[in-house]
Amino acid sequence: MSKHTITLTVNGNEFTREVESRTLLVHFVREDLDLTGTHIGCDTTSCGACTLLVNGRAIKSCTMFAVQANGAAVETIEGVAQNGDLHPLQEGFWEKHGLQCGYCTPGMIMSAKQLLEQNPNPTEEEIRWGISGNLCRCTGYNKIVEAIQYAAAKAREGQTEAGGEEASS
Amino acid sequence: MSHLDDRFEHHTPKPEGASAKVDLVDEVQIKTPPEICGMGHRMKRKEDPRFIQGKGNYVDDVKLPGMLYMDIVRSPYAHARIVSIDDSEALATEGVVAVIKGQDLEAAGGLHWMPTLMSDTQMVLPIDKVVYYAQEVCAVVATDRYIAADAIEKIFVEYEPLEPVVDPHEAMKDKVIVREDKEQKTNHIWHWEAGDKEATDRVFSEAAHVVEQTMHIPRLHVSSIETCGMVANYNKATEHMQIYMTSQAPHAHRTVFALVSGLPEHKIQIISPDIGGGFGGKVPVYPGYVCCAVASLVTGKPVKWIEDRSENLQADSFARDYHITAEMAADADGMITGLRVKTLSDCGAADAAANPSKFPAGLYSICTGSYDMQAAHIEVDGVYTTKPPGGVAYRCSFRVTEAVHMIERVTDIMAAELGQDPAELRRKNFIREFPYKSPTGWEYDSGNYEAALDKAMETIGYAELRREQAEKRARGELMGIGISSFTEVVGAGPSRDYDILGIKMFDSAEIRIHPTGKAIARFGTKSQGQGHETTYAQIIAEELGLPAADVQVEEGDTDTAPYGLGTYASRSTPTAGAAGAMAARKIKAKAKKIAAYLLEVGEDDLEWNVDRFQVKGSPEQAKTIQDIAFAAYTNHPPGMEAGLEATDYYDPPNLTFPFGTYICVVDIDKGTGEVKVRRFVAIDDCGHIINPMVVEGQVHGGLTMGLAPALFEEIVYDENGQNLSGTFADYLLPTAVESPKWETGHTITPSPHHPLGAKGIGESPTVGAPPAIVNAVVDALSHLGVKHIEIPITPEKVWKLLREAGVTD
Amino acid sequence: MIPGQFDYHAPTSLDEAVALLGQHGGAKILAGGQSLIPAMRFRLALPEVLIDINGLADLDYIREAVGHLAIGGLTRESALEESAAVQSRYPLLADTARVIADPLVRNLATVGGNLAHADPANDHPAAMLAYNAQVVAHGPQGTRTIAIDDFFTGLFENSLADDEILTEIRIPEPGAGAGGAYLKVERKVGDYAISAVAVQLAMSGDSVSAARIGLTNVSPVPMRASGAEQAVVGQRLTEEVLEAAGRAAAAECDPSADLRGSVDYKRDLTRVLTKRALRKAAERAAGGTS
Repeated sequence: MSKHTITLTVNGNEFTREVESRTLLVHFVREDLDLTGTHIGCDTTSCGACTLLVNGRAIKSCTMFAVQANGAAVETIEGVAQNGDLHPLQEGFWEKHGLQCGYCTPGMIMSAKQLLEQNPNPTEEEIRWGISGNLCRCTGYNKIVEAIQYAAAKAREGQTEAGGEEASS
Repeated sequence: MSHLDDRFEHHTPKPEGASAKVDLVDEVQIKTPPEICGMGHRMKRKEDPRFIQGKGNYVDDVKLPGMLYMDIVRSPYAHARIVSIDDSEALATEGVVAVIKGQDLEAAGGLHWMPTLMSDTQMVLPIDKVVYYAQEVCAVVATDRYIAADAIEKIFVEYEPLEPVVDPHEAMKDKVIVREDKEQKTNHIWHWEAGDKEATDRVFSEAAHVVEQTMHIPRLHVSSIETCGMVANYNKATEHMQIYMTSQAPHAHRTVFALVSGLPEHKIQIISPDIGGGFGGKVPVYPGYVCCAVASLVTGKPVKWIEDRSENLQADSFARDYHITAEMAADADGMITGLRVKTLSDCGAADAAANPSKFPAGLYSICTGSYDMQAAHIEVDGVYTTKPPGGVAYRCSFRVTEAVHMIERVTDIMAAELGQDPAELRRKNFIREFPYKSPTGWEYDSGNYEAALDKAMETIGYAELRREQAEKRARGELMGIGISSFTEVVGAGPSRDYDILGIKMFDSAEIRIHPTGKAIARFGTKSQGQGHETTYAQIIAEELGLPAADVQVEEGDTDTAPYGLGTYASRSTPTAGAAGAMAARKIKAKAKKIAAYLLEVGEDDLEWNVDRFQVKGSPEQAKTIQDIAFAAYTNHPPGMEAGLEATDYYDPPNLTFPFGTYICVVDIDKGTGEVKVRRFVAIDDCGHIINPMVVEGQVHGGLTMGLAPALFEEIVYDENGQNLSGTFADYLLPTAVESPKWETGHTITPSPHHPLGAKGIGESPTVGAPPAIVNAVVDALSHLGVKHIEIPITPEKVWKLLREAGVTD
Repeated sequence: MIPGQFDYHAPTSLDEAVALLGQHGGAKILAGGQSLIPAMRFRLALPEVLIDINGLADLDYIREAVGHLAIGGLTRESALEESAAVQSRYPLLADTARVIADPLVRNLATVGGNLAHADPANDHPAAMLAYNAQVVAHGPQGTRTIAIDDFFTGLFENSLADDEILTEIRIPEPGAGAGGAYLKVERKVGDYAISAVAVQLAMSGDSVSAARIGLTNVSPVPMRASGAEQAVVGQRLTEEVLEAAGRAAAAECDPSADLRGSVDYKRDLTRVLTKRALRKAAERAAGGTS
């Protein structure tokens, strides 16, 4: 068994920890860093409850070793709200009832976050395919789609305001 | 074809002018202003801020000092004698604290067996033999999750394989006896009947038309995204057992733990924290829970056990598994006259169904559905097989899904026999007078079936779809339209008939209003995502005029919440929701006395207005609920107890009967057999609506859980009883791509006996959707002579029917 | 499900990685890990040593070279979806990339890993067979190229030596009149194919001048449908020719029955998909989108 010292940033904070080579990233984040918002829902890389961002890409943290994240920038659900302000996706999930039991929600939000960063104006089809690696058992997905559409619209609004064009629309 | 452009053809917008007319039966009543947010408001959920920020508190998030971890060795055989268990290597591993075997549980006071909710028995850990694949064999406790996982690889169990019996019809022949521990050497567990056999036989002998169909409602698994788990924390000094548990029924579980373990009930605290979906799978007590509690008792340390998904799929309670033969009779005019049903219930290795005690087949006898008929007779037999025990809901009220699937399928088969449109056969046979006494003994509380059917047909544009279908059929294209007009029965239940292990199925609420007019309300149920923290607050807001934002709802801690039977079978609103209203009314009665005292008038001079008592004729003379709350602690009438709180244990006078009509449109690829749900309209009637947004969410989620068994999910065993679909790679939960864009709507027919006129909604869509989908697929293939297709409708099943009919691409 | 224990090395150069492979017999390469780690979690794979090549960033690229498209072995599947070159000029590859597993898996899974795993259920083997791709391998003796037809040697077995690493995949640039398509039927998103068919055609006028067809998950070893290829080469794609090609593919594939379907179903599905993929590839060839 080999142990390794890794240094990484999680939600902007740097951590140095010793891990076993086999420690799964999801266990590292949940148990070593006590960031329990990232969940575990399966053992076959199917459900996406453990989704977080590594260097900006949404990945299933049950299928990556913590040691692989050495030097990486990791973002979990706990880092999505900034300075106490909810992210448009978090607002969208709340406004549009995009969650019920809440268990898949962090993973859904992290998947959607990368989706919108790559494609700020996705169609409904693109949203559905974009979250197809995340299973939800409660919502039937309609309202998750609406939540992501809400966030996309909100982000566009924000950009328009920032650009200062079109005083009214 | 599984391609981006093709997959989404079904998300076509509604045709112009297809939106349904709004009439009286559609209006959601709103009596309170938005700042109070009583019933009818689309209030954003109060529980959401923690979930969207990763601050939920699920069982696996509980971390206690010195906590140990448990893992479980499971059987690779469906049926085998245990010759020996060698745990020496595991015990010699650094970090391994204990191995718990059946003998250890036996020595601890016979804990190697436990009662099931159906008063059968189930092994916790085996001593002689295992009776299902993935059965718990022994448990390892270690200082770390990873060490525990390593240690189970170091336990060597020698088995002597026995012949399994996987097929329930085979099991009925008693060639292999599953439960040798029983006095009666038979696999047959029980026989149950409902209805009038003689009258039914007579109706059938006189019938102009009789149709018959066998069908299997396959084994399913609820697969909440959170699996089951526990943290047991026994304090040897105080003899207090604190348990965090994925429990839909924490109070009942506390009682079961007390009775099984001998620990005094006041020394057991069960906390059901945030629950990541339940759907019935977190109602039973599983062997892992008992092992985990025992591990904490033995070690005196907190012990955590969290199932893997594969363990959850392979060993936890299944749902369904009914083998049905149904016959329907009709007269020459196409009026349905009778229903005769025989069913074999594959119970697995124990009857561990989560049904009320007197109902071994649950509420299956609701199977006459929405149709008025003269007679019905239902027989069900339970049988053991060497498969995991179960019989939980899968988002259903005690076998109602099986009942609805059967009646809605057979009704379509009768329509085909009669050459009638399935919508018109339904309309013609609907029950119209309520309350309605069914031939199997139910008293339906209220209904307006035709309104829901009309609205669904109008919304989807039924006539236009039939024209389109005819055109497509002429071109050799396959499209089908399927209808389901279901009636559910939920809200168990009245104490005269409904109990679980003897505990009556009431539920409870306790409301305390603090001096500043803020309140805490505690309930005996337990939300697993249904949104009780919001909807219960809205009920109290409706009744007392307290802003819902000022009402904190708590559930799930047996030390603080009043005793209740928990959340399943769509019972929370019918029982605990009613209890909340009744407790609020008790408070209101006291509030009136206080208001009269403060306003120096008689109680009869007062009237209630949203959030205050005011003097009739001079509304400016009023005391708000907040004024009254303050006075209850500072200036209450002489001779009256201080405080403003009440508790109610609500025993419902009847069950509630939600209903609706669903219409599904499918397109079928004649080359591959793939079925695509193009549109699905769901019109539900759950009586008065507490929060329309929450109701929509419940319906959408239930529809996807109805789509799942119709097209995707099934637990499959091979002839050796090995589970072939024991992971999410093969147990196929629909994603956002497979799940269509649901179109929903409602009618409102209040329950006459529920204090709020509400009925419960969470399960209607799971119950009503599968037959609508199957009926649509059969409809698409009906011109090829197809009358029935078993679920899940895989592409191969459709392909086979097409090729048999000579259709190819 | 917790993996067993192993030693872990993270080389920073290709030569170091090759040297580590030489030192540790039976070591496994960890690239995307999306097949390996699940197998390790179930302890179906128990490697004693993992050599993590994710640090070899210079193996992560998609480049249009003279006469071919070069894809670095460590290129993530998601990069294919984001590549303008792939999307505009390699539609067969673009079709394939978007039906592999799910978007989260594709962010880690690598093209090289998908091929080197030599799993007939994976999607790239059929696509690369249809493209007549070449695999570049680097070992102690240097670099060599392997024709894709020689790459798959058995179930989960390839022709790489134990101390070789797959560094690049080269897809010949489709010429004028070329077209390709990948059609997959899966039980749900993220699943392996029940059957899938990859077609790459070259058209000369309205006749097929060259055709390669790869099949997914209907044989123990990734395979070409040679009979189907022969049925279309030199022919116009009439319904009769398409049907003959489909029947040839159905006859020559060798599926096994499982929860995805029976042998008969998988064969017939292969027939249907072969016809449709041929039709779609020909349409694309006619439309000038390779």
